[in-house]
Amino acid sequence: MQALQSLADNYNYFITIFLMVSGLYIVIARGNMIKKLIGLAMFQSSVYLLYLSPGKIVGGTAPVLDPAFTVYSNPLPHVLMLTAIVVGVATLALGLALTVRIYEAYGTVNEDQIFARDNKK
Amino acid sequence: MMLLDLPPELLIKLALVIPIVGAAAIALFGRFPNLREAATLTTAASLLLVVASLTPHVMSGARPEAVDFTIVRGLTIAFKVEPLGMLFALVASSLWLVNSIYSIGYMRANNEPRQTVFYICFAVAIASAIGIAFSRNLFTLFLFYETLTLSTYPLVTHKGDDNARRGGRIYLLLLLTTSMLLLLPAIIGTYAIAGTLDFTPGGILAGKIYGPVVIGLLALYVFGIGKAAVMPVHFWLPNAMVAPTPVSAFLHAVAVVKAGVFSILKIVVYIFGPDFLLGSGAADPFIYIAGGTVILASLMAMTKDNLKARLAYSTISQLSYIVLGALIATKWALMGSGLHIAMHAAGKITLFFCAGAIYTAARKTKVSELSGLGRVMPFTFAAFTIGALSIIGLPPLGGLWSKWLLAQGAMDANHYAIVAIFMISSLLNIAYLLPIPIKAFFGKLPDAASASGGSGGTSSSASLGAAAVRDNTATNPPAVKIKEAPLACLIAIGITSLACILLFFFPQPLYELLAQAPFEFGNDP
Amino acid sequence: MSVLAAAATAPSFAFVIGDHLPILQVIVPLLGAVLCALTRRGSFAFAIAALVSWSLLGVAIMLLWQVLGAAAPITYYIGGWAPPWGIEYRVDALNAFILVLVAGVGAITIPFAYRTVGKEIDEDKQSWFYALFLLCLSGLMGMAVTGDAFNIFVFMEVSSLSAYALIAMGSDRRALLAAYQYLIMGTIGATFYVIGIGLLYVVTGTLNLADLATRIGPAFGTAPQPILAALAFIVVGISLKLALFPLHLWLPNAYAFAPTFVTTFLAATATKVAVYILLRLYFTVFGGAISLSDLPIAEVLLMLSIAAMFIASILAVYEDSVERMLAYSSVAQIGCITLGMAIATRAGLTGSIVHLLNHAVMKATLFMAIGAVVYRVGTSCMSELAGIGRKMPLTMGLFVVAGLSIIGVPGTAGFISKWQLGIGAVDAGLWPLVFVLVGSSLIAVIYIGKVVEVAYFREPGDNLADARDPPASMLIPMALLGAATIYFGLDTTWSAQIADTAAQILIGGLK
Repeated sequence: MQALQSLADNYNYFITIFLMVSGLYIVIARGNMIKKLIGLAMFQSSVYLLYLSPGKIVGGTAPVLDPAFTVYSNPLPHVLMLTAIVVGVATLALGLALTVRIYEAYGTVNEDQIFARDNKK
Repeated sequence: MMLLDLPPELLIKLALVIPIVGAAAIALFGRFPNLREAATLTTAASLLLVVASLTPHVMSGARPEAVDFTIVRGLTIAFKVEPLGMLFALVASSLWLVNSIYSIGYMRANNEPRQTVFYICFAVAIASAIGIAFSRNLFTLFLFYETLTLSTYPLVTHKGDDNARRGGRIYLLLLLTTSMLLLLPAIIGTYAIAGTLDFTPGGILAGKIYGPVVIGLLALYVFGIGKAAVMPVHFWLPNAMVAPTPVSAFLHAVAVVKAGVFSILKIVVYIFGPDFLLGSGAADPFIYIAGGTVILASLMAMTKDNLKARLAYSTISQLSYIVLGALIATKWALMGSGLHIAMHAAGKITLFFCAGAIYTAARKTKVSELSGLGRVMPFTFAAFTIGALSIIGLPPLGGLWSKWLLAQGAMDANHYAIVAIFMISSLLNIAYLLPIPIKAFFGKLPDAASASGGSGGTSSSASLGAAAVRDNTATNPPAVKIKEAPLACLIAIGITSLACILLFFFPQPLYELLAQAPFEFGNDP
Repeated sequence: MSVLAAAATAPSFAFVIGDHLPILQVIVPLLGAVLCALTRRGSFAFAIAALVSWSLLGVAIMLLWQVLGAAAPITYYIGGWAPPWGIEYRVDALNAFILVLVAGVGAITIPFAYRTVGKEIDEDKQSWFYALFLLCLSGLMGMAVTGDAFNIFVFMEVSSLSAYALIAMGSDRRALLAAYQYLIMGTIGATFYVIGIGLLYVVTGTLNLADLATRIGPAFGTAPQPILAALAFIVVGISLKLALFPLHLWLPNAYAFAPTFVTTFLAATATKVAVYILLRLYFTVFGGAISLSDLPIAEVLLMLSIAAMFIASILAVYEDSVERMLAYSSVAQIGCITLGMAIATRAGLTGSIVHLLNHAVMKATLFMAIGAVVYRVGTSCMSELAGIGRKMPLTMGLFVVAGLSIIGVPGTAGFISKWQLGIGAVDAGLWPLVFVLVGSSLIAVIYIGKVVEVAYFREPGDNLADARDPPASMLIPMALLGAATIYFGLDTTWSAQIADTAAQILIGGLK
């Protein structure tokens, strides 16, 4: 019961962990390069949640001083994650661009087939 | 000879720089063989002059120092001339001059390729040997020890064929392996224990380590200095014999191997300290290993038909004499050990020179092919006999004195088994060395050689030697007509065999030099 | 620094460039990259890249000078915002040393780029190439100069993303695959790192390294698990970046197929900066707060280092491509560096830090030499390089010099590292490590010796008919670094002594 309670209280962290592990699993287990990149993107997205969850206070507002509000969310994690999102997008874009080039050079995006073609050569 | 009246510090620096400058000059004159050879000879002569000029300073008790350059805490490049180093430097520089004369004859007569590289590497090797001789601490010694290995590697592989490559690989791997895997940890350990690496009279380890640690450290040093060729780290030496004969003669009978035994001697005297080593008894196992090397190597020498291989095993055996003397560590043993560096060098270089002369003149490399050749090349084989007798240790030749002292030192330490080993070994020396000249003088000449060699055979005159040089350099024919080797070779052989005799009658200067070394401190057990 | 704070807040316009050196380390190459991207001619872009690299080295040296003269680390607040809210750049002897190393390698090797890039990269892509190079340089400098944990991540990604693109520009199609694999592994590593930082932020509420060091201790008392998890994530993440065995799989292909200049530059700098980050976080941030000796990290690191030194060296022996051989040798040498970390005595750390420099210098020389061979011959396969030593005597001569340094022959830089590491091991009572160290360098004798035999003892084949030493623009950088391998073996004023100071800073932070 207590375990269930803690699960319910911290559901955001469990979602984070689920995303993290499944993303990493996809990266490792899939041979298709595009699927690998999707997994990588999921893995990175989990980090956004990891930072944002503790930074957000339910009912808090943006930290603009105003007598009407007393509870503010911490802005720093949000700012950091903006940067991380930019990094994530850049990584994904570069990864996809590389995949396109690999497809042009090898005619496939499956890692096993690519290795096979290189070894034949 | 006129000696230079310069401050000793400058002389030390000169001794280190001259071979390097020489190497540069040789490289510069590479296209002009005569100029190049002149550069080699000038360098060798001036080096000998400089080293000889240092001797009176050391004899009079001074211990000149030069350069004190700290790299990091604990690692310092510094030089200091003490009696042992002086002796080694004298041996190396004087024999380099002789060897250079010999090389010129040999390399030209055999039309060896890439001679410029050969002479450059040679000069660098000498600079390293001098660096080892004058080193003030273990690091400097180690530094030059490694440069000596590396600079001689191209010399060993000089021929460039598969055989040479194989020999070179073993040479480099074995020497580098032992020095890095054993010697370097030993040095690091010594530094960690003693806090210094300076060669100090009386040693730096006394009272700081005990029992098995002493044995362990000594083991690292004895086997880490692969150049001393104590079994089982000896087999690089026979393999290095693929090198041209002047290399074998000088480097693998004098500079390289003597650098090895010299290092062991120096480590015993200045790192362990003779009293400490004697008191600890840690050297006993290694004394017997070295003793075993003396006998085993002699026995193996007997089985070798290839002349150079036989001499190589003889060298291994003789090197262990020096190691034995160092490890026994009584005063007379150490004296004999130091003296044997000089005596064995003179004898062995003569033998190698003769082997090279035989190859140059007759293209013979095997002992079994030498039958009757002594009558064709009497000068060479006379010199060979002198060298052999000196190695055996018979009067009137220099080898007697060092063996005498070594035996006396072993006696002092009650190592009677070692005395017996010295005697058995002398007998074995007779058994594997003397048959060679005997066969050459009294054996039957094979028909082909006697037919052609008969006419000029008895003559050993200089003009014929010179003719041989011209003949060989002009056309390099398969030597059908056997004559004496080129003049330059004969001169070198003459000088070294004379030295063997002179060292018998006048060992006093070397003796006095060595007597100054800190071999004992009064509390003899 | 009060002077800097004053300069930032006072309305005076007395702009003193000496006060702004830390930010210049990042800004100069960043602006240079933009300029390069705007040019359309490769040679213009090269000129910009060269100017930027050289001036960057000047700035880095000035900064090192300031740091060595100052009693406390130099701090710089970006935009005048004081930490822990603003980003702080904090320079002490350790990162000033790393900055000079990175900038120095960049400045010395950049002339090498001109010919090789001209040959390997299409004309229309050359300006992009130099822009990416400067971005990468900027990222590496940023990682070293910053004192903010999240800022490190940003710069890490700046350098890594540009490095992926640079590697993908290699002429072989396998370069694309290598870049893709590096991207996957590198991103996982960086994300692990950022997860670790996130956990630390949750429990301490700060991202400033100096601040973290003071706050982790109290936080560890109340909630140890997140901090231990953070430590694990960070160590594993950065180990991926620095190619610690067995996380090195991306490295050999990336180095083998990248354009030769990129290989040279990355081999000498990228992994080194990652090592610096690990040193900084492990010793200054975590080491100051919690007792690391209670954790098995040092033991694990020790085992992995030893495995790297032997397994990677043995793999190097069996490589036919000299570039891949050198890449495996890099993995082994990184093992040496982490070995010093695991030993964690002053002498051991000095060995690690000085080996960062020494290895950078000698490995850059080796990669440049073999790059010059590829430039002339078109391959680095040993089977096709018989007799190359006679055709390209200077190039292969420098290869041998740097190779001797890899082996650790006394008188070369490699020996100094080995000596320091050996002394460190003995100090820590880890005697057998001395034999491990010398044992692994013996394997280096074999693989370097293999190249030497092929290069010098075989007759040159027909494919080498017109091989000769490369032009001066390639030879001079090579010769400079080759001379440096000897110089740092004989005079350690600028290597081991600074490394010693840096090691004291790290050890001083240990609990």
